[in-house]
Order: sequence, then structure tokens, then C-alpha cells
Amino acid sequence: MTQLALVIDLNVCVGCHACVTSCKEWNTSGPAGSMCDDNPYGQDPTGTFFNRVQTYEIGEFPTTETLHFPKSCLHCEDPPCVPVCPTGASYKREEDGIVLVDYDKCIGCRYCSWACPYGVREIDEHMKVMKKCTLCVDRIYDESLPANERKPACVLACPTSARLFGDVHDPESPISITIREEGGYQLMPEWGTKPSNHYLPRRKTRMHIHEDELQRADNPLKKEQRSGTSAPVDAPTLDDSTSW
Amino acid sequence: MPVVHNPIQPPEGRIEVKNTTCYMCACRCGIRVTLRDGEVRYIQGNPDHPLNKGVICAKGASGIMKQYSPARLTKPLRRKQEALRGDAQFEEIEWDEAFGIMEERLKHLRETDPKKFALFTGRDQMQALTGLFAKQYGTPNYAAHGGFCSVNMATGMIYTIGGSFWEFGGPDLERAKLFIMIGTAEDHHSNPMKMALSQFKRNGGRFISINPVRTGYSAIADEWVPIKPGTDGALMLSIIHELIRTGLFDREFLTQYTNAAELVSTDEQSDDFGLFIRTDIPLDPHCFDPQDRVWWDRDEDKAVHSRTEGVEPRLLGEFTLADGRKAKPSFQLLKERTDQYNPEWAESVTGIPADTIRRLAYEMGITARDEKIELPIAWTDAWGKDHETITGNPVAFHSMRGTAAHSNGFQTIRAMSILMTILGTIDRPGGFRHKAPFPRPIPPCAKTPNSIHGVKPNTPLGGMPLGWPADPNDLFVDDDGNPIRIDKGFSWEFPLSAHGLMHNVITNAWRGDPYTIDTLLIFMANMAWNSSMNTDEVRKMLNDKDDNGEYKIPYIIVADAFQSEMTAYADLILPDTTYLERHDVMSMLDRPISEYDGPVDSVRIPVVPPKGDCKPFQEVLIEMGSRLKLPAFVDKEGKRKFRDYPDFVVNYETEPGSGIGFLAGWRGKGGEKFMKGEPNPNQWKMYEENNCVYQYHLPKSYQYMRNWNRGYLNWAQEHRLMRFAEPINIHIYSEVLMKFRLAAQGKTEGKQPPAHLRKRIETHFDPLPFYSEPLESQLTDKHKYPLNAITQRPMAMYHSWDSQNAWLRQIHTYNYMYVHPSTAQKAGIEDGGWMWAESMHGKVRCLCRYTEALEPGTIWTWNAIGKSKGAWRLDDDANESQKGFLLNHLISEELPAHEAGEHVSNSDPLTGQAGWYDVRVRIYKAEEGEENVSYPQFNAMPALPGTEKTNKWQAFFAGLFTRGGK
Repeated sequence: MTQLALVIDLNVCVGCHACVTSCKEWNTSGPAGSMCDDNPYGQDPTGTFFNRVQTYEIGEFPTTETLHFPKSCLHCEDPPCVPVCPTGASYKREEDGIVLVDYDKCIGCRYCSWACPYGVREIDEHMKVMKKCTLCVDRIYDESLPANERKPACVLACPTSARLFGDVHDPESPISITIREEGGYQLMPEWGTKPSNHYLPRRKTRMHIHEDELQRADNPLKKEQRSGTSAPVDAPTLDDSTSW
Repeated sequence: MPVVHNPIQPPEGRIEVKNTTCYMCACRCGIRVTLRDGEVRYIQGNPDHPLNKGVICAKGASGIMKQYSPARLTKPLRRKQEALRGDAQFEEIEWDEAFGIMEERLKHLRETDPKKFALFTGRDQMQALTGLFAKQYGTPNYAAHGGFCSVNMATGMIYTIGGSFWEFGGPDLERAKLFIMIGTAEDHHSNPMKMALSQFKRNGGRFISINPVRTGYSAIADEWVPIKPGTDGALMLSIIHELIRTGLFDREFLTQYTNAAELVSTDEQSDDFGLFIRTDIPLDPHCFDPQDRVWWDRDEDKAVHSRTEGVEPRLLGEFTLADGRKAKPSFQLLKERTDQYNPEWAESVTGIPADTIRRLAYEMGITARDEKIELPIAWTDAWGKDHETITGNPVAFHSMRGTAAHSNGFQTIRAMSILMTILGTIDRPGGFRHKAPFPRPIPPCAKTPNSIHGVKPNTPLGGMPLGWPADPNDLFVDDDGNPIRIDKGFSWEFPLSAHGLMHNVITNAWRGDPYTIDTLLIFMANMAWNSSMNTDEVRKMLNDKDDNGEYKIPYIIVADAFQSEMTAYADLILPDTTYLERHDVMSMLDRPISEYDGPVDSVRIPVVPPKGDCKPFQEVLIEMGSRLKLPAFVDKEGKRKFRDYPDFVVNYETEPGSGIGFLAGWRGKGGEKFMKGEPNPNQWKMYEENNCVYQYHLPKSYQYMRNWNRGYLNWAQEHRLMRFAEPINIHIYSEVLMKFRLAAQGKTEGKQPPAHLRKRIETHFDPLPFYSEPLESQLTDKHKYPLNAITQRPMAMYHSWDSQNAWLRQIHTYNYMYVHPSTAQKAGIEDGGWMWAESMHGKVRCLCRYTEALEPGTIWTWNAIGKSKGAWRLDDDANESQKGFLLNHLISEELPAHEAGEHVSNSDPLTGQAGWYDVRVRIYKAEEGEENVSYPQFNAMPALPGTEKTNKWQAFFAGLFTRGGK
């Protein structure tokens, strides 16, 4: 059975927010839209985003790491947001594992957002329905789009290609291989939600310098040494005083 | 509001898809815009575009909210007669009237004293047209924003290697193994850098970021090396010291492709002291950099003509010529210079441990040597020698405003360019690569007039408004050595100010130093806010009056698409279009989007009609050029030559019949030529059919070593990219700089600096890079102001144009002052608490945020997130004005009075680059009971006529939004 998901490579994410606004611009005008903005030009503006980037500092100066962490619905295999829904609006699609909300059934009671341990659901105060990442389900099957564009908007946008998309149940899919080989991990697996989205950790490239690498046979300074033969010296030498 | 039954079913509507070029920042990515019922539904990266290959950034994807911003200006506006400047009281007028006002004014000024008209533009990617307009008008007072952005990067590199970062060159991360990023935050540039960085890391490259702050790109660095601001030059020089000491330099590259082995006269008594020893070979008058220098032959122990086949020159030593003159190779002089800059010394300046500096040098040197690349690409050098391969030493660098925006930035960047050179990385795989039309001669050929005779009524300027001085006689000064430009560019105060000094225009014009002007036309630059230093005072100057009650700057015209802070100070506002509503060119005559492997230029083509009565600024210039009968815009009878801007782009030629125009692609009657060819009436269509881009891939053998690649140089000359086809040898030792120093020492016949500037010129025009503390620091009491304060730009607000954007402002609604906890705690400032930052020029109250990702002697904030109350059509209580702030209030546009003068710009003394990051500050806790708002505050700016009302909430849904869907 298919389980579509994202793999997010924290090793290359620079925190640019391209995924955040690309998601919003695609989805606000699509079937999952619109995505409201309150106080769009006023105090404390706040709007609906299916995807947000958080930034963390780890460690103390000077060994500080700055980590950008994009977060959206993880499309759990066992999503706690589904069974709590009193109307059946919150559901997981059988065919591809995407977790969606049927706006026609949703009463905006927010049980699902309380149940979600990842805080990735977004209430629309104006439509009074719960909204969330759809993995751009309206793009990925759209045959009017070129095949290489049938991907979530965030994946298409990402300048560092930190966002990979595919089927985590197919062991041969590129993202399954990446998860396996690059140390992909889930968020808070202890909750038992089996998140489908995975993250790839930071990886460091270091250089090891051996002492002998600083010695070079062709050290150009050698060319600056005086070369060739010199004329005989005028000053006294051993030749003047000894016959051996 | 649509209600969704089917999560897959697209909403109904008429769909159109059009290609154009983004302008949410200055990177110029290709975009594909989907419209639904005529409204923008989706902006994606164009997958077929060479620059961004389908990706897009946070800003690019938020273009919809720029297009439909309520802050859009839609009518020409005239300041109400009774209203004061700055009060933002305007009345709507028609374009005809606006043109009439400008025509009358500008015509009179052109007939009497054309320098009384000044045109300064925020963006510098439209200079092909704006520069042409200024030149044709005959005013020397023109520049774009480069002087307060990164002119040190351009000049420091171009005066050394003939090319520079960003538009004209960059790091080859496809083949590099080690990448050093220094003084780059999250911008310059955007998507191409992000794409390259991730690819580089995935290929196993090692990425080291040197920066006082760790955010953005630095976050994913394998190693972060925190450094004190303004000390980058000390680090570079120390690394050079180590590389020379250990022999980890590329001798072959240095001898053949630079002036490292060329002998410099070191005889203080001789007339040519400090200049290159020259042979008496006859000079080719058509040559910009004659090959008449001398080497010291290592085997024969005598002077020989440079680059004599088979000769091994000496790089080190002192030699006596046959005539008794003493001389040393440039490289010996570099070694002597850097001898003093050992890592222990650099540690004391930069705060980077000496062992780290040594290791950085070794990593660079060893990677360059042991990871050498040999590409099987045959090429011929400029001296006719054939090579079987292209060599690369895969160490790449990138740097931007962090190194540039200091008053010691030029010499810092000279040092960096020399570091890149001694590693042997210039225009080689894995190192630095040029982008057409670079490399160019050192310095490039364009020159300003060099006397007041270049400025005459009713006559085009007798030279370019901006240029590249090669010696003191190229300076644009009057017979007494005084500045001719209002910004004092190309004068003895800032001889190499290749991009002008826009940051001093208002202050100088206000003071009448060197003279007063009449009309100031500002395009797309927020000089009453984040683009000016000393913002508060500059705002006062903009509405200051003389004793007769007349404004000191009599007339100000502002062209902008939005209700910026600057519009409040206009007498006349010209509403510009957005990028989605206009034709534009990214021209080879300006800053095209070339790739490493060949020239690329591109266009914008409107995807939606202009809103209201807004008009592209280019159309304004074409109209004004025609009305004023500027020669380039009218025929012999004085009749208008070009219908509109698109017509101009197709048919304008730099000279009649030159075949060179704004666009390089599809020239010739049928579009069969490129770079040079007759105008093609279908040129726009051909761009439209080709993703709005023209791309040419050079043959592989022309793609590298272009400074010295005969094939490339001949190709460039044939296609009129360059007048010369001669080698462009790298200036380790800069004779250009030495000529200015000699003038300052009174040792030359030509132009001489005024007495009070002699010492400044002599000190800073050092032919070899050196470290000096930034000027502002030298003039500050550092015990009182112990900290450095700097800004960065966040990726989602790169280029700071987007607080009017409902989506982007949710990412950056206001800015904190970032302070290291130890520094903040010493001052008793809490995390999240209100604090003051104060320099000797001013103070700001702001919110503090603790951070460990910061060199503790530095504080920093995001640039230009803070806005003035009411500007950009934000509510008066918007966070941008109530919690956000500008660091600009702490930074002066002029240095405290010192021996170089009372009113000298706070800039690099060579180039006029604004010293944004030189300011020194102290911090303290805001008192209990103080107002919890940022300081300073300004009167609220009322909504301008023609802007829209804002709503408490909105829900964008393409096709319904502008028809009441909000």
C-alpha cells in the first residue's frame, strides 16, 4: 500500500521559507483554500500556513549550531487526529495515506488539533473549519501538469532541494533509499503515531591534515634558493693552510 | 468562498500561463505565472530557465501579495500647495500634467546648468537606460545604489582580477572541494547560491562560513568561524602570510598570469619608484596594459623581458638592474607586506584563534594542491602557447557586504582577491569563474569626463556618468581639484567611486556642498528610510527651507510603485508598475544574468495590465527623453524616435549602425545573429517564445582562463564585448593605486590632491593590501562604545521591499536586537526586554533577543524590517513601526570632523562605499516605566490618494479577490 510522504534534509535547509509561501500561494487558490490572513496589514498579523519553518540554536558560543526546521503535517500512519473527529471530517486516504479534512463535514471543534502532538493543524476562524497540508493532492495526480511538476508546491519550490517526495512504503523508492542510507528519522516516534514524513540529520564534512601534506616536493620556495655554481671565493679557506 | 467537496477538483476559471522574470529581489529568476480569470493564481520557478531551473524563493512565491498590495500607487500625485513636505498631503493629477511639470523644469535646467538635475536610482539593473538618460541629458549627477551597497566588492575585485562576485562572477561550486563564504548573510545572491550550496554539500564538499553571526547559509556550514566585524582584511592577510611561509601558493599561476614576478622599482631616488620597471619595446597604442615589464631570470641572474619563453623568474629577492636601479618582484613586496601579519597578530584583531587561522590556510593550500583538477580541454593562451588541459585548484570563495560595507573594505577585498589568486583559482574549475561581459581590462575602459568641460548646457555629458579611473588624471574634478559631482564621486575624496555615493546626495545637496541642485529624481530608493544613513536628520534635510522659505532641495520627484516612506517627501510622485506589469531587460550593457559558460540576457514581459494609471518608469524616461529632445531619443528633425520602451529596446543602437543594443539575443533582421546585429522587429516575440531568456554557451575551450584565453579574448572582441583582445593580468601589485599615492606625495606632474587629503590618499592608496581599522572606529571612543553593530537581510525579505506583503510580513513582522547573553547580562538586559543601543550619532530603543550564534562583541538586527508609522499602507499600530526599528539611526552618513575634512562621507576613502558596518555602540536596559514602543517614532503617514483601504482580514482566492472576495 502506498504511503506518500516528505523527507526533509536538515543538512541543506537554509531556512529560506520558500516552502512556506509556495505552499500558501498554491493552496489558497485551490480546493484546500482559501487560506485567510487576519490583520494582513495591521498589528500581529496571523494567517493560515500549512507549513512553517522554525529556527533553533543549539549549544553555546562559539560551537553554536543554527538549525532550520520546516514542519508540516507528517501524514502519520496512525494519525491521532482521525479517530478523535466526531464527524468523520478528518480522514486518512486509503490509496496513498494522505491525511485530509473534508470541509463539508468539519464543524471546527478542534479536537484534531488537540490530538495532534506536532501542532500542524490550522483552524480557519472565518470558514470555521480545520485546515492542513494536503501534500498538494490536487497537484500530484493532475495529468494536465507536466509529469515532473506533479509534486507538492513546496517540493518544486525548494531551492536547496531539501524536500523529497515519494512513497515510503516502496523500499526501492528514492526517498526510502535516502531514509535508509542517510539516517532518516521520525519525529517523536515514542508517541506511536508512525509519522510518514522523515528528516535527514546534519552531516559534517571535515578535513584531516597530515603533517606531511605540508611538506611538498615541489615547494615553490625551493625555486627561490640561489642556484648554480659560484665563482671561487677570495677570502681565506682551509685550502690556504692545510695539506692533509 | 468555495466549499470543497473534492480535494482534487480544481476550481473553475479561465487559466492562462505566461513566462516572465521575477523582480521580488535582484536575482532575476525565471518565473511561470498562472492566471485564473486574469488574476495571479500561482507563480512558480520556470523549470526551463538557466538561472533557477524551476525553484523559487519565499519572496518569489509571494509575488501575488505584492501585486495586490493596498500600498500600490495608482495615480500621479502632486504635493498639495499648502502642505509641507513630509506631511504626505497629495492631490491626484494626470500623466500629461506630470510630464508637463517635469518637461518645463528639466528643459530649463538643461539649457542653463544640467548638473542641477540629479537622477539617483535604487536599483542598478536598469542602468543601461537610466545611465543613458543621464548622459544624454548632460548631468554628471547620476548613480544607482551600488555606492551604499557593495561597490567595494566590485572595485576591490575588478581592480585586482578584472571581475567580481555576483552578477559578474562567482564560486564554481560544481567542482569546488572547499568553499569559504565570508561576510555573506542570506542574500547576494539567492536561489542560485542556495541551489549550488546544497549540491556542493551533497557532493561532499567542505563549507566554511566566516561571519560574526550564524544564520541563513552559515547555518549549514560544516564549520562556523566567528569573526569581529571589519577585521576580515586582517584574516585574509594572515592567511596569505601562512601560504607564502609554507610555500602553499601556485607559483606557475602567479608567474604567468599575474604581475607577481614583474619587477617594481624600489629605488626611492629614481623617477619610477614604485612603478614597474619597463623595457623599451615599442608600445602598441591600442593596448590597455602593455606587456613591457621585466622579470629576473633565475638561471641567468639578469633582467629579461617578462614571460620570455623558457625563463623561470624569481618571485622573491632584490635585484640590481644594469643601470644600477634596485628592483623587487611584486611577490617579494607582497611577502614583505604580509610578514607582519602573522596568525598571532591576526588573532588579536579578528578574535579567531591563531591555530584556526593556520589551519584555514593549510586547508586552502592543501586542497588547492592535492585535489587538483585537470580537465581534458585544450586551449591556447594569449601569448600563443597551446595547453592540453585546463587546471583547477578547487578552493572557492564567496563574499559580499560583510566584507564590503566597511571603510577598509576595498583593501580587504583586494587582499581576498590576492588570496584567491595565489591559490591559483581565478577563472578555473572549482575556483572563481567569470560571467560575461567579464573579465574586463583592469581597470575597465569606461571613464567619466575628467574636467568641468564635460558638463555643458544642452549637450550630452562628455563621458560616462560613472567610470573606472586608471590614474589621477581620470578624476572628475575641476581645475582646482574640487568635485564636480554632487556626491563628490571620482574626486580626491573618493577617487575610485565606480558606483557613485548615493548615500551622500541629499546631505550634500542640502548643505550646498559642493553646490546646490534644483531637482532630485529618485527612482525606487527609500532615501527617507532604510536606504539612508542618519535617517532622522536626512528626513529633516528633505523638508528644510532656506532663509527665503524655499526648500533647500527645491524639487523632489519620486518614482515608486508603493507608498514608501520616501514618497512623503516628494513634490511629484510617479506611480511605477510592478514587475508583473512591465517590459524590462536584463541587458549585456548593464548587469545581465550570464552563466559561467557564456553570456545570458533576459527580459520581462507583462503578464497582467498595469493597475490604475501606473506607468513603467522606463516609459517615463522614454517620454521625457523625447520631450527634452535628447539626441538618443529623437531623430535629426527632433521628432520622437521610439514609440515606447519595447520599441526602444528593439531599435536603439549604441551608435547608428553599431548593431549593439539592449538585447543580445536574436539580433539581425531575422533573429539570426547575437551580441551584434541589426535590430530585429520580432526580437520580443523570440524572447517570449524562449522563456524570456537568450543563452549562449561558449565552446568549452573558451570557458576558462578567460583573462588569458586567446580564443575567448578574440571571440569577445569579435562580438564587441571588448575593444581589446589582450591578456588581463592580475594585479598583485597595483600600479594604478601607486599612481594616486605618488600624486599625493607630489611626485607626479598631473592632477594633485588638495593639501588636506594628501595624507589620506597616501595612506589608503597603498599598492599592496594592508589592514587598517575602519575609519569610524578610529574616530570613536571605544571604551564608551565597545560593541560593533551590524545588520543582515533575511532571505524572506531580501532587498527589503516587502513589508507591504501580507504573507512575507507574517514571517518578519518586527525585528529584535540580537545580543549574546553574556553581553546583554552585563548590561542588565533581559531576553525579550526593551533595551537601548546608542552610538555617538544617535540611539534606538528596541527589543532584545539573546543568541549564542553571535560573536559576543557584536550586536545585530535584521535590516529594514522596521517601518515608519503608516508607511507601506500598514496600520498605525503595525508591529513594524511599534516594535520594529532601523539601525540606520545610529549610523552617520558623515565621519566626525578630522584632518580629511569636516564633512567627509562615512565611506571607504578609495571607493566611497558606505561604511554601514563600522558603527560602534553601547547598550543599556530601558528604564522601568518607559513606553513599550521602539524609538524613534515619527508622525503617522496618511494613506496616499489612489492606494486602497485595508481590511481586518482577507482570503486570497485567485479570480475572486479583486472583485470583492476579500
